[in-house]
Amino acid sequence: MIEVKDIHKSFGDAHVLKGISATFEAGKTSLIIGQSGSGKTVFIKSLLGLHTPEKGDICYDGKNYGNMSTDERRYLRKEIGMVFQGSALFDSSTVEENVMFPLKMFTNQSKSEMLERVNFVLNRVDLVDANNKYPSELSGGMQKRVAIARAIVMKPKYLFCDEPNSGLDPRTAILIDNLIQEITDEYNIITVINTHDMNSVMEIGEKIIFLQHGIKEWEGTSNDIFKTDNKAVTDFVYSSNLFKKVRQAYLMEDKK
Amino acid sequence: MNYLEHIGKYFLMLKQVFKRPQKGKIFRDSLVRELDDLGNKSLGISAFIAFFVGGVVAIQTALNVDNPMIPKYLIGFATKRSIILEFAPTFISIILAGKVGSFITSSIGTMRVTEQIDALEVMGINSLNYLVLPKIITTIFFYPFIISIAIFLGIFGGWVAGELTGLFSSTDYIDGIQLEFKSFFYVYAMIKTMVFAFVIATIPAYHGYYVKGGSLEVGRSSTRAVVWTSVTIIVLNYFLTQMLLS
Repeated sequence: MIEVKDIHKSFGDAHVLKGISATFEAGKTSLIIGQSGSGKTVFIKSLLGLHTPEKGDICYDGKNYGNMSTDERRYLRKEIGMVFQGSALFDSSTVEENVMFPLKMFTNQSKSEMLERVNFVLNRVDLVDANNKYPSELSGGMQKRVAIARAIVMKPKYLFCDEPNSGLDPRTAILIDNLIQEITDEYNIITVINTHDMNSVMEIGEKIIFLQHGIKEWEGTSNDIFKTDNKAVTDFVYSSNLFKKVRQAYLMEDKK
Repeated sequence: MNYLEHIGKYFLMLKQVFKRPQKGKIFRDSLVRELDDLGNKSLGISAFIAFFVGGVVAIQTALNVDNPMIPKYLIGFATKRSIILEFAPTFISIILAGKVGSFITSSIGTMRVTEQIDALEVMGINSLNYLVLPKIITTIFFYPFIISIAIFLGIFGGWVAGELTGLFSSTDYIDGIQLEFKSFFYVYAMIKTMVFAFVIATIPAYHGYYVKGGSLEVGRSSTRAVVWTSVTIIVLNYFLTQMLLS
């Protein structure tokens, strides 16, 4: 379990996170939603230790990240997989080299064992015959798949995704969402996703946290989000007519 | 940010760089890659410049030594001294600061703005150690080799210039370059080269690693890195000369 207790983070005069608390459990896909500039990326980067909060605690399975030694942090990070918004693939390495990199760095497996694992995860994300391609030769959706493959190759306990389906067409976005959901269930990992995508919220949001101006404004499930009367949430989630209609249909169905 | 803060941050960066590599094999692979990128690919331009600079130094010396009382072998002697003491180690290092420095800043800077460095950190990798240490080791140990070749080609370029222009004879030139060889001057050139190599690897790495923004900032950072590397080399050259030769 990841426990976040009252974290604050500022950049100069900008107070980006203003006392956020949350818990994330194993086997669940948790979504962080909110407008641009609400602090989602800073929040997820604080969880990863890429930003250091000025105040508050982040505990991984009861161990406070802030009190860990450098070696403990490095060890913990081996258990973390991250899918960055822009995929963050090593652009001068092939797909195979990208996915194999954590194995080369942290295991003593033979080349054939590593290759077997790489091919297994690439198959898992439905990416075949792409081993020798460079990231620039792949589509956005394929790059995201490689990033997911690299994130899960070390069998992580925690998976973080920063807007995993931004810039993707709706069909590919749903495939990526479903893939993350399946991996979360299959490996019983803690998955935390930053997203703007309302389809993701409806499809895979087992737990949803809505951030606004650096504050946790609302928390619930994808079912709760239909029923909430929190104005900030409804203004954000149901800003399009399509989702307004979806919500009305859901509420009418619920009354029956 | 003021200059003192930058200097402090630079030394804190070095503290992270000089840690034991996390995996020997990966480190060796990086060394080989850097040897090609920073070393091998710098040989051609260094050799080309050294050859022509050697020629120019010899011709200029010959044209300025028109007094019949001054022996012609001094042309070879002056060319050799100038190339060993200054032109090869300093001039070539400044050229390399431009070529290699901008490459280091732009490659690390691009990794920073595309979150590749964040990806390394999230994996639990000391990104500074992984990215910068192989560059430092490659430059420190390979650049003396480049400068040695530059010294040879510079002196050879002087001889070729004499042959082509007829300003001095081959015999005089060879007599001159054999005159009063002081091995410490070569050691001095190598010490300077190693110090400059460290500067060429680390200052651009600092500018690339801490870049913020996008591609435009990476470009600006590369320019800044080349300027600061060149300025540092010039200033250090002054102090090293004072310390080692006076």
